[in-house]
Amino acid sequence: MSDTHAQTVAFVRHTEIPPAPPPPGQTGAVKWMRENLFSGPFNTIMTLLGVYIVYTLVVGIFPWIANGVWGVDNIRECREITQGNGGACFAVIEQRWQQLLFGFEYPSSEYWRPTFAFVLLFVAVAPVLFLNLPRIMLAFTGIYPFLAYFLIWGGTILIPITALLGFVVGYFAFRRLERNSFAAGLFGAVAAALITWWVTGFLVQAAPNFLALPEVASRNMGGFMLNMILGTVCVSLSLPIGIALALGRQSHMPIIKWICVIFIEFIRGVPLITLLFVANVVLAYFFPPETSLDLILRVIIMITMFSSAYIAEVIRGGLAALPRGQYEAADSLGLDYAQATRLIIMPQALKISIPGIVNVAVGLFKDTTLVSVISMFDLVGMIRGPILSSTDWAGVYWELWAFASVLFFVVCYGISQYSQWLERKLQTGHR
Amino acid sequence: MTIATDPPKESFRLSMLINDTRYRSYTFQAIAVLALIVIFSILGNNLAQNLAAAGLNISYEFLGDPAGYDINQQPIPYDSQSTHMRASIVGALNTLIVAFLACVTATIFGVIAGVLRLSNNWIISKLMSLYVEAFRNVPVLIWIIIIFTVTANVFPQPRDFRGDNPTASMVGDAVAFTNRGVYVPKPVFEAGGWIVVAVFLASIAGIFLWRRYARKVLFDTGRIVPVFLPSLAIFFVPALLAYFILGRPIGLEYPELRGFNFQGGLTIRGSLIALWFALAIYTGAFIAENVRAGILAVSKGQTEAAAALGLRSGRIMNLVILPQALRVIIPPLISQYLNITKNSSLAIAVGYMDLTGTLGGITLNQTGRAIESVLLLMLFYLTFSLTISALMNVYNNSIKLKER
Repeated sequence: MSDTHAQTVAFVRHTEIPPAPPPPGQTGAVKWMRENLFSGPFNTIMTLLGVYIVYTLVVGIFPWIANGVWGVDNIRECREITQGNGGACFAVIEQRWQQLLFGFEYPSSEYWRPTFAFVLLFVAVAPVLFLNLPRIMLAFTGIYPFLAYFLIWGGTILIPITALLGFVVGYFAFRRLERNSFAAGLFGAVAAALITWWVTGFLVQAAPNFLALPEVASRNMGGFMLNMILGTVCVSLSLPIGIALALGRQSHMPIIKWICVIFIEFIRGVPLITLLFVANVVLAYFFPPETSLDLILRVIIMITMFSSAYIAEVIRGGLAALPRGQYEAADSLGLDYAQATRLIIMPQALKISIPGIVNVAVGLFKDTTLVSVISMFDLVGMIRGPILSSTDWAGVYWELWAFASVLFFVVCYGISQYSQWLERKLQTGHR
Repeated sequence: MTIATDPPKESFRLSMLINDTRYRSYTFQAIAVLALIVIFSILGNNLAQNLAAAGLNISYEFLGDPAGYDINQQPIPYDSQSTHMRASIVGALNTLIVAFLACVTATIFGVIAGVLRLSNNWIISKLMSLYVEAFRNVPVLIWIIIIFTVTANVFPQPRDFRGDNPTASMVGDAVAFTNRGVYVPKPVFEAGGWIVVAVFLASIAGIFLWRRYARKVLFDTGRIVPVFLPSLAIFFVPALLAYFILGRPIGLEYPELRGFNFQGGLTIRGSLIALWFALAIYTGAFIAENVRAGILAVSKGQTEAAAALGLRSGRIMNLVILPQALRVIIPPLISQYLNITKNSSLAIAVGYMDLTGTLGGITLNQTGRAIESVLLLMLFYLTFSLTISALMNVYNNSIKLKER
């Protein structure tokens, strides 16, 4: 039987053939392009338009960077070299980078101090940003503000040390008295800190040059350093104030609630620039006649008020998003208001509001450029004032603004990427 | 055996002010009020002392004095003999003008970028991400200055338009981009011109009435009345008819190069352009993110459910997706509009004479009335913001999901 079969059928395949590759239009780059770039007439037009935009961008920017001139002294030499080939004058950044970063009055022999403080800033914020780092690093975060003050402003080391001492004494007083009640702890801590500062004040007066770095006055701060100082100081100061305001706005006590509401809505309703005007021309009227706060301190006060109102609104959103059951659970455990807030409510509310807080921080950091309007020489102020009006570099716009944009872009984009990473990480199912 | 006893009736003791939660809130509020009074009296006292030392007083009489400075963009008649009050009003109008222009443009940019960022087209969505990230992460002040630099240095000078071989030329013989500003044709109303405008406005109202009628017919009879083409007809036909019947009462005055500069037409100064486009592009990047979030917030099931009901894709978009997405998009959109209005105060950096430039700038410096000027300035922005927020709350409550 099998013989007949073999004779009647001319060919029988005994082995399986290997699978044929898909047609070239259905694989790899071609398929991807078909689906993502040329899936229809409209899409094709858009793709061509996009390619054209990319082409113009590259053609516009590439010679500008590739033909860039480094290492000349002024714009005329630079123009001679470029001869209209579209090259940039990056020499201005090479020549003036100290001014762009530190302002034009910060003594150049002391540049290492703000640089060192900037590097230490990363060490200080690392344990706050990355929760898997050892918690002992938080101790350094606590010391950092005083260290940074000492590095940037200089003067005797006794001032930051005694300031720190006051906080430490206050903390221990709080721990000691907290067992009675939260309010007692708070007031005790404030009193203890004030007494410490008062006593140690004599010590500072007695030894004004003990381990002193050369002092740099506030008005000599400038450049990108000023933006960084304003940004970090104001955001870190406005966090606790913002928390207090948010809690006050949620409070059941009508008077406290309305004080907070009026403050927040007032600050959020006016532009930052009017608040800077207040810092510049009005605030001095409200201090005792003999005191003279310097401008940078007045600006810090106003920007802190500004950002704390915004942070308060973000945290209020976090408080409102907490399920009612969390509040009730805390109450049913017999926790009082301070305990419930500290142990149950705030950790969760803050976690929810981290992306919002980061947004406020980024926005605030960008807004620190506004101080150039009240004639402070931050990065924008330095470019618009001393550098663009100097005879050497008048007319070098694009290089300088590109430099400033890149600096801000790197910082802001970095922070917002961190925030997105954290958001993904903290997504634990419940909000 | 248990004996039920009443809880001991306590009389009020002073310590209850601290220890009893019923009374403690009164204590705290009393302390708060007291602290507030103390702080304000100290500040007020300092203020009085400082003012007395400087020989000043608080008075708004300076608003009636002649301002003595010129304003380069005047929506209402103004000259240097006008009062500071009028200068402030001109400034406030200029603020509203730039804010309005920037809001409209930012919405257009934002919606386009937000929708395109979700596009399947790889290169377009990447380009849009680039736009959003580049503009969101650089301060708006830098953008304003950059665009101002473009208008002042890249645009040709008026004299480049002159001669037999001009190096620059007007766009369509109507619009001239120069480093002194952009010159565009100005509409000139002759007799009857306003009738055309009135007819046009009436036809816009007519479109809304037609849409309402179409909806009513749909709900009452189930018959679908066409909306798009009739709307288009109502939009154009009556106004054009009126325009030609009345003998073309609206003409255009074209800018012309006379002497050293362009004359006639409408001048849009470089500072206005810088502020307008910088605010629009910057805020557009934020609006793009809001739009994207709003569209992503509508779950895919909604689209599928609508498709299962047999709706076509246009109707799915109009009746199912957009109403839900808009609920998410509009609140942040309004707060972006408020941001534009507040950021328009950066006009002072490029010399656009808005309220901050007039009242908070030159008036303040000339009269030295810092406290009064800054207070008025804040009051204006505050009133504007709070009014918009109040309207916003009404709107939010009206579109809130009526759940459970």
